[in-house]
Amino acid sequence: MVSLSKLLPGQFGKVVSLNAERAVDQRLMALGLLPGMVVKVVRRAPFGDPIALSFGGIEICLRDIEARDILIDIAADCPVPRPRKKL
Amino acid sequence: MSEAGQARVVLVGNPNTGKSTLFNALTGLRQRVGNYPGVTVARKSGTCELADGQKVELVDLPGLYSLAAVSPDERVVVDALLGRVKNERVPDVVVVVCDATNLLRNLFLAAQIAELGLPMVIAVNQMDAAKTRGIEIDGPLLSYRLNGVPVVLLSAWKGEGITEVRRAVATGLRQKSTFPTVTWPDAIAKAVATVALAAERDTHQPVPGALAQRLLFDTAPTIAEAIGWTAEAREVPIRQAREQVRSSGLNPPAAEPMVHYARLREILEGVVRGVSRETATVAVDAILLHRIFGPLCFAAIMLGLFWSVFALAKLPMAWIQQGVDLTKAFAASYLVSTPMLQSLVADGVVGGVGAFLTFLPQILILFLFVGILEDSGYMARAAFIMDRLFSWCGLNGKSFVPLLSGFACAIPGLLSTRTIEDPKARLATAFTVPFMSCSARFPIYALMCAAFIGPRYGAFWESVAMVGMHVVGLAVAVPTAFILTRFILKVRPAPFVLELPRYQMPKPRDVIWRMWQNASEFVSKAGTLIFAITFVVWALTYFPRDPAVAERVRAESPQMNAEQVEARVQAAYVEQSWMGRFGKSVQPVFDPCGFDWKLTVGVLASFPAREVIVSTLGITYSLGEGSDANSEDLRSAMREAKWTEGSRVDTPIFTLPTVLALMIFFALCSQCGSTVATLAQEAGSWRWAAASFVYMTALAWIFATAVYQIGSKIL
Repeated sequence: MVSLSKLLPGQFGKVVSLNAERAVDQRLMALGLLPGMVVKVVRRAPFGDPIALSFGGIEICLRDIEARDILIDIAADCPVPRPRKKL
Repeated sequence: MSEAGQARVVLVGNPNTGKSTLFNALTGLRQRVGNYPGVTVARKSGTCELADGQKVELVDLPGLYSLAAVSPDERVVVDALLGRVKNERVPDVVVVVCDATNLLRNLFLAAQIAELGLPMVIAVNQMDAAKTRGIEIDGPLLSYRLNGVPVVLLSAWKGEGITEVRRAVATGLRQKSTFPTVTWPDAIAKAVATVALAAERDTHQPVPGALAQRLLFDTAPTIAEAIGWTAEAREVPIRQAREQVRSSGLNPPAAEPMVHYARLREILEGVVRGVSRETATVAVDAILLHRIFGPLCFAAIMLGLFWSVFALAKLPMAWIQQGVDLTKAFAASYLVSTPMLQSLVADGVVGGVGAFLTFLPQILILFLFVGILEDSGYMARAAFIMDRLFSWCGLNGKSFVPLLSGFACAIPGLLSTRTIEDPKARLATAFTVPFMSCSARFPIYALMCAAFIGPRYGAFWESVAMVGMHVVGLAVAVPTAFILTRFILKVRPAPFVLELPRYQMPKPRDVIWRMWQNASEFVSKAGTLIFAITFVVWALTYFPRDPAVAERVRAESPQMNAEQVEARVQAAYVEQSWMGRFGKSVQPVFDPCGFDWKLTVGVLASFPAREVIVSTLGITYSLGEGSDANSEDLRSAMREAKWTEGSRVDTPIFTLPTVLALMIFFALCSQCGSTVATLAQEAGSWRWAAASFVYMTALAWIFATAVYQIGSKIL
């Protein structure tokens, strides 16, 4: 189980839990990001933050700091991309 | 406010569902734009004719994902659905507009609204996009599963299915079928009842179940505050109710979406068929959001936008200027027998309105391009790219549009801060927008550069000065935002959840219609104020007017031609007018910046609208009216201007330090009545507008003084 912010672009996994006490997470859950949902990190913004996620057919962006409290079970068949080089 | 007997129909839906396109298609041009009482949320309504010939009032509510309201826009939707907006009753039918490519997520909002028990119609829009993605939707089956709630499949962009919507709304009004409510687990049903009772007891008003659900589930206090349930009163009952839910093994904020989504999945079983294929959006994003090409494309798009705003507006601006000059000349010749009325009409009325109208082409073009970027889906990407650069100082990616607009004019920038959900980031953005170098600052920069910097230091330094003036505002604005959000508003970084919608061709009618609405809001807002202030400044520079002054000047200069004498008479009048006297007495304040009394008058007269500085300088430097930045006479008159008293007597006024100090002063000073008024309105209080005015003006004085004093020492 890892934090969503630790996922590299291209990796995906199942949501285990969100921090339900925050308004951000309530918004994410309304969008369908619920425990059990598969979420994929599509990319990081050119300047490193925020990250673009895709789940349930939509793409949203979220700041690293908000992604930190979302716990993910990385899928077994998840690719392990090369970590991005620092610019 | 609907007409008596007219049914009220509201459109609700997620952002990016094409709701506004549907609204425009249903109402045509029969629209009214107003404001909801007490908040800066636009209320769009219109008349729509249904299939049975009945006319209804159609209201386009702001787009939202969930009734868990955080922003003022979202709160308005909850208020409108509950019939809590002043002078508005509960809607007779709610049309929930859904995106066909994402029906499940879109129906979540419908399921929340279902709890209110209002008759509903489901409009599944963007069927064209769904088809290209290989998605099929069984409308009749969905309608059957939803207890006969009418379901329409349409494509508002293509104009397909609009008639069916008119029919479905008529059916909805007649049948009053409601979306079936969810069966809540016992613990939640009990907790909702507990909260409803406590809220009713404390606020002395009926609290329906749907409202009590919001109070129980929502982590943001927006709805509780809206019904006036104080933090002290609600704290214990809400905590107890949430405990009740938790003890049954459910998490209150998570329970609502989990229950709704589980049921919606069952309802949609067999309704949505086909798998979503990847579309062009993914390929386009691979370039536009690429870590190297992304920012480059972004910079190119923004440069292109700016170039268009200035280049395309040039010609219409020149036309308007000519028209204004002609009107002025005509009014002046017509009223030549009554000098005061002549001056009032020509300088006060025509001049004031004209100065304002000249900026209209730029603003229209800016609104047009911003509309295209928004509707195409690029604006969300721009916010995604820029967020990192704004987040450290408490703003967010969405602050970027207002700040960008601010380079053309602060008013549209301030109006576009409404898209920022976080109220504090919104306020901080609004506070920094007036620092952006708007086009009204351009004439004074152009005059100073052309008269002093260009001739002495060459074209290169002239353009450096020009660019520098545009950067200085930004350089001051960013630390301002940082201090404001960190130490005064004390915001934690605002939550930033933004959907990246799929790319779409903007619909010309929608873009032009919105440009028109924004422009008319700008005209009605800024126009009236500029008009009033110009009148006051005109009166201050016109009165008192003693004929003896004119006689004295004429006696003093017998050898000059009539035109030169007339110009000197005008200058003498300005010198002894209220404004001239005030300028002279205030001059010591601006002395450290290197401004003489004429510049001081210019600065003071420009507080209502900074663009008048050039024409004011034209008057005070005895060149008569109608001077502009290209006037060679004005340039040489300024080059020859010398101090007439004090320690600097007989040395030129316009040295490099003075020129730079004057430009810096105009770059930073709050010299725009309409900006101050708009800021007050958007921030919801005059306190913020006053703070902005004092802060900017003080900063302008400090920077101008520093530039002049340091410059005088080292040069």
